[in-house]
Amino acid sequence: MTTAENNMESEEKGYEGVQTPLRRFLSDFCEAKLAVVGFFTILAIALVAIMAPFIAPTDPYDLATVSVLDSRLAPGEAMMNGTTAHLGTDGAGRDMVSAMIYGLRISLGVGIGSGLIAMLIGISFGLLSAYAGGKIDSIFMRIVDIQLSFPAILVALVLLVTLGKGVDKTIIALVVVQWAYYARTIRGTALVERRREYIESAVCLGLSKNRIMFRHLLPNCLAPMIVVGTMQIAHAISLEATLSFLGLGMPQTEPSLGRLISNGFEYILSGKYWISVYPGIALLVTIVSINLVGDRLRDVLNPRLQK
Amino acid sequence: MSVFIIRRLMQSALVVVIMSFIVFSGVFLVGDPVEILVSDDADQEEREMMIKSMGLDKPFLVQYGIFISKAIRGDLGDSFVFQEPALLLILDRMPATMELAVVALLIAIVFGIPLGVWAGLKPESLASKSIMTGSILGFSLPTFWVGIMMILLFAVVLGWLPSTGRGDVQIILGMPISVFSWDGFSHVLMPAVNLALFKLSMVIRLARAGTREVMHQDYIKFARAKGLKEQRIILVHVLKNILIPVVTVLGLEFGGLVAFSVVTETVFAWPGMGKLLIDSIGLLDRPIIVAYLMIIVFLFVLINLLVDICYSILDPRVRLQDIKS
Repeated sequence: MTTAENNMESEEKGYEGVQTPLRRFLSDFCEAKLAVVGFFTILAIALVAIMAPFIAPTDPYDLATVSVLDSRLAPGEAMMNGTTAHLGTDGAGRDMVSAMIYGLRISLGVGIGSGLIAMLIGISFGLLSAYAGGKIDSIFMRIVDIQLSFPAILVALVLLVTLGKGVDKTIIALVVVQWAYYARTIRGTALVERRREYIESAVCLGLSKNRIMFRHLLPNCLAPMIVVGTMQIAHAISLEATLSFLGLGMPQTEPSLGRLISNGFEYILSGKYWISVYPGIALLVTIVSINLVGDRLRDVLNPRLQK
Repeated sequence: MSVFIIRRLMQSALVVVIMSFIVFSGVFLVGDPVEILVSDDADQEEREMMIKSMGLDKPFLVQYGIFISKAIRGDLGDSFVFQEPALLLILDRMPATMELAVVALLIAIVFGIPLGVWAGLKPESLASKSIMTGSILGFSLPTFWVGIMMILLFAVVLGWLPSTGRGDVQIILGMPISVFSWDGFSHVLMPAVNLALFKLSMVIRLARAGTREVMHQDYIKFARAKGLKEQRIILVHVLKNILIPVVTVLGLEFGGLVAFSVVTETVFAWPGMGKLLIDSIGLLDRPIIVAYLMIIVFLFVLINLLVDICYSILDPRVRLQDIKS
């Protein structure tokens, strides 16, 4: 966020001394009430995910306390150890509240982790492509074109079939799927910024290529990256859930939200709705909040829409 | 023109070859087919015979060469599980997937365009705002969860629609189709709506953005000045102009629908090729996985090629630029 503000700072300092860019950005952002609600929801969800071991009533990974005798209890029923399962229990006897908090942790971790790694890789390739131009540019962009012409879900599916299950493997698959979006976005912005005078003057000063690319070009290309990044993280979380539902991605021992929903799907026809419904709502709230914030950021950070 | 088409054809062929190599080497690492095919009590000699007869003792590149030379002749190997040609098994399931995708596409167009135009004409009204919030939901909702919720509501709680399978099929033009009977239609409805949701939100957004742009154009003002009825302006002048981007995007996205039906078919146990793929992944049935992916690669390359050619016909600049570079 700070980079975006710096970005705006450089443009506005001259004629708007009273209003600091940060305040301006905040007041612009806060004009949309839904986006503010979304932002605080994400904050709350992230807190819950980080604090999972302290908040969750039981430890869903601890096989000593999880008992099959507790399996598929309806919401509100008491478990063997006396604690009430407010949202019921799943097929393995895990308390849904605890399982969801831990699942959220995995879903968010995988989504944000893969998003950040993909962003790093995408930025490097995209900047290089835009700055070098010529052959390197056309080769990179050809690769990006070909990859983006295939749907993300299939590329990730093939990768996970090959790699197997696990957190690391899911992150690898999601990174491979996402980097191309970042690369294409930053290349587009960088191509425009490259022709600006400050780059020319940096070249005239004889600064090294790396310095120009990362210290001069990159900070001025970050605003669109923040928007794409937010949307991509929501997309990654949704994709991970879908892959886990299909039986790839996260293993049964470390269920993400998608895996929990998938587990509940077996029991849906017998009316045991809670195993699928509640993790789904948690997933939905997370993704919608991120998208609402992303939507607003796109409007606020877009210079063409600024008053 | 023909130079352009030939260049694009060669590029497409290259992509298919590269992808076939990636797919083959990726799936090559999956599972041990010998474990699946040979019964547990087979002795070492029987195992080796099996390995030899399947050509698994040869080096990787030789196996790839055999795969390619067979693939060109339309033989993508036999399924380990069904003992039938993988290509035939998939082609057998293809009409079901295509039917689902086409119905979903129709739903997205028929509902998406009017809703989007409405939201574009009256951007401040409550109805438009609900439509747009709805479209954000449509983007955000994970397809498979919506599917499960639809089953819970319409099949379990209300009992209106069947939750799995394809229902009655009729043979029309040599293909089994289920939309034209009531039983079949009731089976198609839920999966098709489920698959359509994402594209529906996209069409709404495209149509809205298009309408808002077009309404400020001079020809709309001119049509108003001529005293045309509002109805005619919207149905003829606006609609014609917003259809171009919508049709382009939907053409490109049809492949995406087919690919994403993997998820919907799994939720609704729809007997299409996506369900076959997921089942085969579970059973480690390599030839079917490879054959499915090759068919999808082929389909996508074909769609992209057709879109490129259509563009070059509509906009000669694309063609000239390509020849110059």
